[in-house]
Amino acid sequence: MFKILKYSFFDLIRSRWSYVYFAFFLLLGYVLLFLNNDVSKAVITLMNVIIILVPLMGTMFGVMYFYNSKEFTELLLAQPLNRTSIFIGQYLGVAISLSLSLIIGLGIPFLAYGIFKSEAILDFLLLLVTGGFLTFIFTAISFYIGLSNENRIKGFGYAILFWLFMAVIYDGLFLISLILFEEYPLDTFSLIASMVNPIDLSRILILLKLDISALLGYTGAVFQKFFGTHWGLIVSLGLLTLWVIIPVFLIRKKALKKDF
Amino acid sequence: MIEIKSIHKSFGKNKVLQGVDLIIPQGNTIAIMGPNGSGKTTLIKSILGMVLPNQGNILMNGKNIQRSWKYRNQIDYLPQIANFPNNLKVSELIKMIKDIRGGEIVEEDKYINLFSLHPFLNKKLGNLSGGTKQKVNLVIALMFESPLIILDEPTSGLDPVSLLVLKDIIIEQKKKGKTLLICSHIMSFVEAVCDTIIFIWEGKIYFNGTISALKKETAEDDFEHAIAHLLKNAHV
Repeated sequence: MFKILKYSFFDLIRSRWSYVYFAFFLLLGYVLLFLNNDVSKAVITLMNVIIILVPLMGTMFGVMYFYNSKEFTELLLAQPLNRTSIFIGQYLGVAISLSLSLIIGLGIPFLAYGIFKSEAILDFLLLLVTGGFLTFIFTAISFYIGLSNENRIKGFGYAILFWLFMAVIYDGLFLISLILFEEYPLDTFSLIASMVNPIDLSRILILLKLDISALLGYTGAVFQKFFGTHWGLIVSLGLLTLWVIIPVFLIRKKALKKDF
Repeated sequence: MIEIKSIHKSFGKNKVLQGVDLIIPQGNTIAIMGPNGSGKTTLIKSILGMVLPNQGNILMNGKNIQRSWKYRNQIDYLPQIANFPNNLKVSELIKMIKDIRGGEIVEEDKYINLFSLHPFLNKKLGNLSGGTKQKVNLVIALMFESPLIILDEPTSGLDPVSLLVLKDIIIEQKKKGKTLLICSHIMSFVEAVCDTIIFIWEGKIYFNGTISALKKETAEDDFEHAIAHLLKNAHV
């Protein structure tokens, strides 16, 4: 598996798109820091970008890489390797190189700005951790979608739809349901609903860490009570991990049954 | 030796293989022929474990290959379509495949010379022409000394010089006592290198025997006509 990972990784870090992705974060980090002149504010703005963009890039890269390396995968399948290590190795190659683009791209400007002397270091780290989780989650899901769809147009479509649902539509449905059922106590419902979606979960995790939950009103208080504690943080990170493990498990299951 | 025992495979409603029984003895050079979509590639991929049959067993040297993967270090496979990671250089790809197979005797220099690939070694795979990619594909497939070689459309995209080189390589491998399975539509190529013909039609083996037996059975002197005869009868 590590051999496949190594080669997928080197293949990707040499591709132009990894550099574009890296340069984008580098530029974004610098621009935000020197416009805001405040690490905490920069982290909030970055969060908004990361929460939408990282899943999109994970989805696109995952699906693109999967379909582009199809013939190569077939070559690997004819080698004395087991299927699990081929697919998990490729997946990890993509996810790790994307995460590195994110971490290094943002890390450089923040280091240059002096993040270690700032109090926002933990917030910034949490931002990178959730960004990494989102990359791993959405790359895994896009790999699974790729494995399930022979037709790449369909595969791309489903992957984008999934991203759109998680990033945009889910929130809309969530808000509509809050308005429709406003007469009922919705604390537990909204807590669970926002924990089920990894994008919402990441957003809340960062917002609460930044101590601006007061902006969220009463729900914010409920959330603060839960997420603000160590227990909440552990549960949230556990859920994000689950969001990685389940798709990876599905990839493995699908890969073992598929004909190539 | 490979034993194939009543393999069935369907993709959705499309029944590709319908009970293929076949014994491939060691040291034979076998051509798998048949019209497009007759199940040749599916049969090959079943032997490689890339396609999982719905029914039946495949035994390699007496062992069932189902759910195992280590047996593939006994096989060299040339896929039909040559497509590699575009960012890798030719030399890196060769190194990588060697690394993945690990610890086997490798003769890549010999084949790189035979196909005159030296000028391309430091070029990226994405920038190569189709024929050159096929040559790289051949080098990767042939550089290991495995007892079974499976070639799926080895001639596609090759220039006449490389085609001659390929013929010589195959004849050399035959002399070493290796088993070769070759899928090809090029009659002259098949006639020049293969001993046995397996003709597949509609997922079943329609003919299995030597070229001379085929000529006798169809009462044709010419190999191409014999195959055409077979095809015509198959369609009736």
